Amino acid sequence: MYKRRVVFSYPPHLVEQPVISRLVKDFDLTVNILRALVTPKEQGRMVLEITGTRSAVEAGINYIKEMGMELQPLAQDVKWHDDRCIHCTACISICPTKALDVNRSSMEVSFHRDKCIACELCIPACPYQAMEILF
Amino acid sequence: MAKTIEEINEKIKKGSAVVFTAEEIIDVAAEKGVEKAAQEVDVVTTGTFGPMCSSGAYFNVGHTKPRMKLGGGRVYLNDVPAYTGYAAVDLFLGATAMPDDDPRNKIFPGKFRYGGAYVIEELVAGKDVKLTATTYGTDCYPRKSLDTYICLKDMNEAVLFNIRNAYQNYNVAVNLSDKVIYTYMGVLQPKLRNANYCSAGQLSPLMNDPYYKTIGIGTRIFLGGGVGYVVGSGTQHNPDVKRTERGVPKMGSGTLAVKGDLKTMSPRWLRGTSFTGYGVTLTVGIGIPIPILNEEILQSTTVRDDEIWAQVVDYSDAYPNLVPGSLGEVTYKELKGGKITVQGREVPTSGLSSYARAREIAQTLKGWIGTGKFFLTQPAELLPSVDSGIAFKSLKERPIRKK
Repeated sequence: MYKRRVVFSYPPHLVEQPVISRLVKDFDLTVNILRALVTPKEQGRMVLEITGTRSAVEAGINYIKEMGMELQPLAQDVKWHDDRCIHCTACISICPTKALDVNRSSMEVSFHRDKCIACELCIPACPYQAMEILF
Repeated sequence: MAKTIEEINEKIKKGSAVVFTAEEIIDVAAEKGVEKAAQEVDVVTTGTFGPMCSSGAYFNVGHTKPRMKLGGGRVYLNDVPAYTGYAAVDLFLGATAMPDDDPRNKIFPGKFRYGGAYVIEELVAGKDVKLTATTYGTDCYPRKSLDTYICLKDMNEAVLFNIRNAYQNYNVAVNLSDKVIYTYMGVLQPKLRNANYCSAGQLSPLMNDPYYKTIGIGTRIFLGGGVGYVVGSGTQHNPDVKRTERGVPKMGSGTLAVKGDLKTMSPRWLRGTSFTGYGVTLTVGIGIPIPILNEEILQSTTVRDDEIWAQVVDYSDAYPNLVPGSLGEVTYKELKGGKITVQGREVPTSGLSSYARAREIAQTLKGWIGTGKFFLTQPAELLPSVDSGIAFKSLKERPIRKK
C-alpha cells in the first residue's frame, strides 16, 4: 500500500462540492482526515492521509488538482527549528506518532516529517518555540 | 593520597591535569578502582542546562546628560519592567518579568512569549534593546524621561546574578486529574498520560558533590557559556532531606546562587523560555568542576543514574495545595529511558533539562581545564550541609484582621 500525507486548499466555489467521497468511491482510496478547516464561501484547507495502490493515489491526486485545488505535501507546513531546539525532550512523551523522537544514547531529539500528523500537541509543550505548524 | 587545589592548578598550568566528565568517570573508576582513580584523576566536570526561574541580571547603564535618576522611577527594557530600587542608573531585570500588557493567563493557557529572560538572551547575543524610562526630577538629577537603544557593550556593568540555580534533584511531575494542566513542569496530560522530570541526573553538579565537600562561596564555574562564580547557597537550600546510602538526596535539596559577567556569556547557554499557561523563565547552562582531593570525593562523582532517585508528585492537586508526600520514587535511568511505572501504570517521560547540552557543558569545561584556560578556586566557605540545622519553611500566615 502507498501512503501520502498532503495539505490541500480549495477556492470558495469548490467548498460545496463533495470531494472526499469521490476519492473513496471512484478511486478506491482510504482517506483519513487529520485536520480540516472548511468555512462556507471561504477557502477550505485539509490535512489528508491518503492510502491506496500507488496508481490509485496518483490518480486521486490528479483528480484533486484538476478540480482546481492547491496541493502540497504536509511536510512543507510543519517546521522543526533545530536551531531553537535544546534537546530537552519535553515533546517526546506528548507526540502520538513518534514524529518527534529521541536517540536514547545521544539524548538528541530528531523530527521525522513523514510521521507528523500536524496534531499540534507539541506546540504548547515546547518551551523554546522550536515547532511551527502553518495551517 | 590527598591532593590540594594548588597542586591541581599547577598541573593545569603544565597541561598535565587529568580531567574527566561526571559521565566518563563512572567507567574510569570501575576500570581502575576508586583508589587508583582518585590518585590519577584531578578534576571531574559536571553540567546542567535547564530552566531556572530565580535568575536575573543587574546593569549599570551609565549616566545620561543631563543626569536622570532611574532609581525610584519606572524603567523598561523592551517593554519588560526592570527593578529600580537602587541608585541612579543601576537596574535589576528578573528572568520571569513580563511586559505590563502581556495578557498573562486571561486567555488560557497564556503563551508567555516574551519577558526578562528573552531580554537577557538578546543582550547576550549583542542585540540592541529599547530602554524606556520615566521618573521624577531632582536638583541633581533633573531629567524625567528617556527613550533609547542600548546594548551590552555600552553598559558599564552587566552581571548575571541568579539567586537559585542548579537544584540538587527535583520532582517528577504528573497529573492525576481528568483535564490537561499547564505547569512550570510543562504541559501535563490527564490521568497519568505523561511524566516530566528536570535534572541532568548523573551529570548534574550537586549530584556529584552531594554533601558539598568541594563547592562553596567563590567556586569558579562555567556559567552561561562564560566564567562565573558560586556566590553561596541559593534560596530554598535544604540539605537535610531523605538521602540514599551514598548521600544523594531523593528530592529537591541543595541549591546555588551564582554570578558572572554577562559580557563573557553566549545566547547558546542563556535561553529565554516560555512555559504555556505558566510564564517566562531562563534556561541556564552551568558546569562545575569538582577537584578530586581524595577518594571520598572521587567516589561521589561516580554516581550513576540508576542510583539517583526522584519523587513522583501530582501537580493537579498535591503540589498546588502544598500536600506533602509522593506517588512513588523512580530513578533517572528509568526517566531517561522513556518510561516509568506510577500506580501500576506505564507512563511515558519527558525531560525539561537537556542531557545532551549538559554533556556538552561538561565536555567544554573539561576542554577549558585541559588547555589551561580555567583554574580551580579554593572556596572561602563550603555550602551549608546536612548538619547546618537549616529547615525549609512554608509561609506561616498570620492574617491581618480588618478593623
